[in-house]
Amino acid sequence: MNTSDTPYRIVIGLEVHVQLLTESKLFCGCSTKFGAPPNTQTCPVCIGMPGVLPVMNRKALELAVKTGLALNCEIARFSKWDRKNYYYPDLPKGYQISQYDLPICRGGYLEIPTENGEETRRIGIIRVHLEEDAGKSMHDEKAGRADSRIDLNRAGTPLLEIVTKPDLRSPTEAKTFLTELKLLLNYLEVSDCNMQEGSLRVDANINLHIPTGDGKYVATPIVEVKNMNSFRAVERALTYEAQRQYEAFLETGHKLGDVPKQTRGWDEDAQITRPQRSKEESSDYRYFPEPDLVPVTITEEELERIRATLGELPAEIRRRLQATYRITAYDSDVIVNQGRAFVDYYCSLAEGCGDGKMAANWAQQDVLRTLNERQWTIAQFPVSADNLAELLRKVRAGELDTAKARMVFAEMVERRCSAADAIQRLGIVQVDEGELRRLCEELIATNPRVVAEVKAGKDKAIGSLVGQAKKRNPNVNPARVKEICLELIQGQS
Amino acid sequence: MTSLNRFPFASSAAELLVALRKGDITSEDLVTAALAQIQTYDRHVGAFLSIRGEKALDEAREIDRRRTQGDKLGPLAGLPVAVKDNLCTQGEPTTCASRMLANFIPPYDATVVARLKAADAIIIGKTNLDEFAMGGSTETSAFQKTRNPWDLERIPGGSSGGAAACVAARMVPLSVGSDTGGSIRQPAALCGVTGLKPTYGRVSRFGLVAFASSLDQIGPLAQTVEDCALLLEVLAGHDSRDATSINRPVPPYRELLLQQPEKVRIGYVPEMLSDGISPDVVRTMEEAIDVFRSLGAAIQEVSLPHARYAVATYYIIACSEASSNLARYDGVHYGYRTDEKAMLAELAEERRRLQQEGNLAALEDLDTALVRLYRKTRAEGFGAEVKRRIMLGTYALSAGYYDAYYLKALKVRRLIRQDYDRAFETVDMILGPVTPGPAFRIGEKINDPLAMYLFDLFTVSANLAGIPALAFPAGLSAEGLPIGLQLQGPPLSEERLLQVGHMFQRVTDWHRRRPPLIENNGPLS
Repeated sequence: MNTSDTPYRIVIGLEVHVQLLTESKLFCGCSTKFGAPPNTQTCPVCIGMPGVLPVMNRKALELAVKTGLALNCEIARFSKWDRKNYYYPDLPKGYQISQYDLPICRGGYLEIPTENGEETRRIGIIRVHLEEDAGKSMHDEKAGRADSRIDLNRAGTPLLEIVTKPDLRSPTEAKTFLTELKLLLNYLEVSDCNMQEGSLRVDANINLHIPTGDGKYVATPIVEVKNMNSFRAVERALTYEAQRQYEAFLETGHKLGDVPKQTRGWDEDAQITRPQRSKEESSDYRYFPEPDLVPVTITEEELERIRATLGELPAEIRRRLQATYRITAYDSDVIVNQGRAFVDYYCSLAEGCGDGKMAANWAQQDVLRTLNERQWTIAQFPVSADNLAELLRKVRAGELDTAKARMVFAEMVERRCSAADAIQRLGIVQVDEGELRRLCEELIATNPRVVAEVKAGKDKAIGSLVGQAKKRNPNVNPARVKEICLELIQGQS
Repeated sequence: MTSLNRFPFASSAAELLVALRKGDITSEDLVTAALAQIQTYDRHVGAFLSIRGEKALDEAREIDRRRTQGDKLGPLAGLPVAVKDNLCTQGEPTTCASRMLANFIPPYDATVVARLKAADAIIIGKTNLDEFAMGGSTETSAFQKTRNPWDLERIPGGSSGGAAACVAARMVPLSVGSDTGGSIRQPAALCGVTGLKPTYGRVSRFGLVAFASSLDQIGPLAQTVEDCALLLEVLAGHDSRDATSINRPVPPYRELLLQQPEKVRIGYVPEMLSDGISPDVVRTMEEAIDVFRSLGAAIQEVSLPHARYAVATYYIIACSEASSNLARYDGVHYGYRTDEKAMLAELAEERRRLQQEGNLAALEDLDTALVRLYRKTRAEGFGAEVKRRIMLGTYALSAGYYDAYYLKALKVRRLIRQDYDRAFETVDMILGPVTPGPAFRIGEKINDPLAMYLFDLFTVSANLAGIPALAFPAGLSAEGLPIGLQLQGPPLSEERLLQVGHMFQRVTDWHRRRPPLIENNGPLS
């Protein structure tokens, strides 16, 4: 949805929770692997038994700092842990260890592509902090019997909470932001951001600014939307919610501050948001400093060491690809979205064949299609960038036409061989220039009508000669045939 | 059997270790004697919640066997030790004297328990305490009262009441307690034994069921300073499982006792000996000052101006942390759970009644089954004092009150710490009372929480400041009840406190006095 289509401006801020890719949990040594049988990855610490104590996982802290740096945040040299107190069966200690007033990162931004694709926009980041995840409650309400079970495998898994400023102006932009954030976190190897496995979760705060005609506007009450299980769901839920708020405003006239903040859940089946019980939202978490942990300090040396591990990030890579290989924003986007290994593949290919645009076409069409069809990653792809570059060089040299090159490519994928080997296997022989010229002369001599048409300005007629040449010798390069024939015909006049 | 055999715990742990090494006595003898002493006196005293009987005997025999074999043994090899029942013991009940954990069996050892085992000590049983260590009289235990061996009508102090009483009644030579606001020192003083609260972080808290995490500290109780040094050496040390534990080497405390401390400067706070303090305590202080002076110490006055706010500060911080630490006892994962069937029936009945009345508002507010499970579990599982502290703490941390209570308390805590820092610029340690008077009668203060809290006024500051404090017997009241004093020193000054305390015990015999109960019954036959 485009903001200009609507009689209001949409204001959205996101709270994103991502699970960090650490081997072990935030405060104990248990594994964080997804999918293990319930309650098999637990210990007295993460199930909150009496007398146990948390010990911070330094690796999680490093990943948080890494993310903060990539999001252009200020990294706190001194931060601390706090307890967020609330009761829920999947929270075994009765409190969550989180960060309240001294988060590890503050005040950054993420650059996202705009709809026109050429410009970027900065979305402000208010804070990034570390906290532990809760367990999972599973409610089985079959046969009218409410049966709840709790899996604590997830309890204590490190989570990063990323809070944006209310800078997002449309549901589409919210989705773009999430896509870009996910890409960044993948590049950083901080999180796999898998929404199905719950390693990325999003809540959104949304309201509208409705112009009152005098250059001012009125703001509608802020609503927190939860329970969105995919980026598409985020887009749809926010689109629905914006329209709902507009209609509610027309009906009730409620402005920001008139009613308490509401929490609504996205109902995927009904495609609507529904209010959640007000009891569940009116919590006083009684935050206070976690006395079982010491404050966290980060030295300048540590910070520099982590900064050195960042690597080139998506936005920079896009800019570099466009500048170095002269490809479009769209092309660079597609390539960067495939991840760092694919970018490396593309760069080698572009360098090797000497034509960035051609490399981009092949990477996006042939390589990517094959990866998708075979469910391969680029690391599993059998044709090395060097081998493919060899093939593209032949195309550029006019030794192969695109159609033949595709056959060769398919052979290279199948046989896991070099371009030269594939060409040989396919029996593609380079036709000698003299032979080609003799063939063209013969065709011109035997096709006076076609020659006359060409001379009369019907260039297209030359196609007939190319077709005959291909029949006589399948190895000829049609483009070269066309060139020679034209040259010969023009030479006749 | 030698007299040592028949009544071993007239001797100190240090003496017993020598006898064990020389082969004058076996560990089995010691454990047998301990169990006999417990059997004779514990029905009066009530110090133990569980006794390991046969298991302890088996372990003792195993130590004896290893000793005969010439194996290398740990520093406490064969000595019976009592452990406060808020320290987790793997595979054996750890109740915290609460209904909530009446059937709780931890799958892990507290670090100190593991250290005791590694030192080849024999854990004889688990001692009674105030529920979750919340109290100063051991009267809030959900299971039993512990009585002061010096006068069975009186409280032994608390919360480590059982830990102190079992040493006083000579059931064991060594005992491990925990001190959040005086819980080692106060019962030690009231029972006439020696007890040390170490520097915060000196002893790992892993496996100590938390009351107030920033104040809790585990420490030794014994007849003598020397025995406390012996036990502290085993308990202390860095633990990677406790982020607040101090990573510094543990000095050979006992060996260092032999070193004569250099000229010691001892401070005392005159204001502390004013109103509300029993004359017995004031006299004991004066006499002790004379003893220290005669030993060559320089005595001078110091001031701790914020000490008067210590009790208020302590109760806000301790209760705030407790309200969070005890949230885990909700009946969902382990521990006590209310009768679910009865709870659901009760809820259904309430719903039916409200529907009949057409009381829609109340119906809307009616607990969910989950909330009712929490409510009933906690209402039934916790005793009154624990609930009082959870409520105080919850209130102090609530939105709108946090700044006025919790945050203010943190600021005062800092001032109290600064008071000590300043005082320790001019003196090495501060001598003072442990309690305003000797042990009070059972039931005397149990319905007056404020009076009970105010009894802590001399002990809570050390916890707020995180500094070590050694309590030792220093006199008897007119009625013949023990009176203790404490030496408080700067962080990690345990070594000096023990040296000075040991010096005192070399020239006095208060620590050798035994309760009349035992004296009158004489040695076991």
